[in-house]
Amino acid sequence: MKIGVVTFPGSLDDVDAQRAVRIGGNEAVALWHGDADLKGVDAVILPGGFSYGDYLRCGAISRFAPAMGKVVEAARAGMPVLGICNGFQILCESHLLPGALIRNDHRKFVCRDQLLRIENNRTAWTSAYDQGQEIRVVLKNGEGGFVADTETLARIEGEGQVVARYLEVNPNGSLNDIAGVTNERGNVVGLMPHPEHAVEELTGSGLDGLGFFTSLVEGAFA
Amino acid sequence: MPKPEILDPQGKAVQGALPRLGFTGVTDVRQGKRFEIELEGEVTDAVLAEVEKMAETLLSNPVIENYTVSVEQ
Repeated sequence: MKIGVVTFPGSLDDVDAQRAVRIGGNEAVALWHGDADLKGVDAVILPGGFSYGDYLRCGAISRFAPAMGKVVEAARAGMPVLGICNGFQILCESHLLPGALIRNDHRKFVCRDQLLRIENNRTAWTSAYDQGQEIRVVLKNGEGGFVADTETLARIEGEGQVVARYLEVNPNGSLNDIAGVTNERGNVVGLMPHPEHAVEELTGSGLDGLGFFTSLVEGAFA
Repeated sequence: MPKPEILDPQGKAVQGALPRLGFTGVTDVRQGKRFEIELEGEVTDAVLAEVEKMAETLLSNPVIENYTVSVEQ
């Protein structure tokens, strides 16, 4: 499948995401934030980084990039979209996902190999995992605290929209240890940790992140 | 401003620093943002409505923040 990776000014992990897409058996297509053109891709990844220097709020300015107009439109029509870290923040700012990400409760940047539990393997991006599977991938963020009002939190818990949860420690003060969420349809997923850094033995903490990049293909042939 | 129910780590940091400087009696600190927007022409209701739209669309995230608009001539 053709998976586009959008590069914003200040994106850091776009090339790693493209690499993970290829290792996952897909074709990676570089997309530019300033082009309102998704080049016919089947899915889109919004990578990690510090787009627009995190000015105003993380993801707040990127949300209005020409490419994002197309991404929002396509996501609403059912196209799979994965936002990692800053990409997750952009998806929340775009209101494609519930809640928001705020500064870590301990106010420090955190960088660690983080254990997660896959809570929902019915999304476009997590079908390669077993329900309840525990995976370890890199987490690195300064503003990764997932928050939502009580009603929203109850709804996403009740509807199974929590995709992944932090185990062992809550690294950033996220409510209910939430590391990732999906929309009602399951095509849009936001994740604070970085599965694209755990796809090769040579680098990273292992291969546990690969499932996020093989799920689409497995889903297509299932 | 961050909504009352949303944790404000920056405000907490400031609150922690004040007693260390000898300022006592502070029970809470919340940190927000202020934008000063200059407009051409008269501030009519239509112009104010446009500013409200700016606040809601870009300047604040209504999921976690409240905002107020005030006019200074």
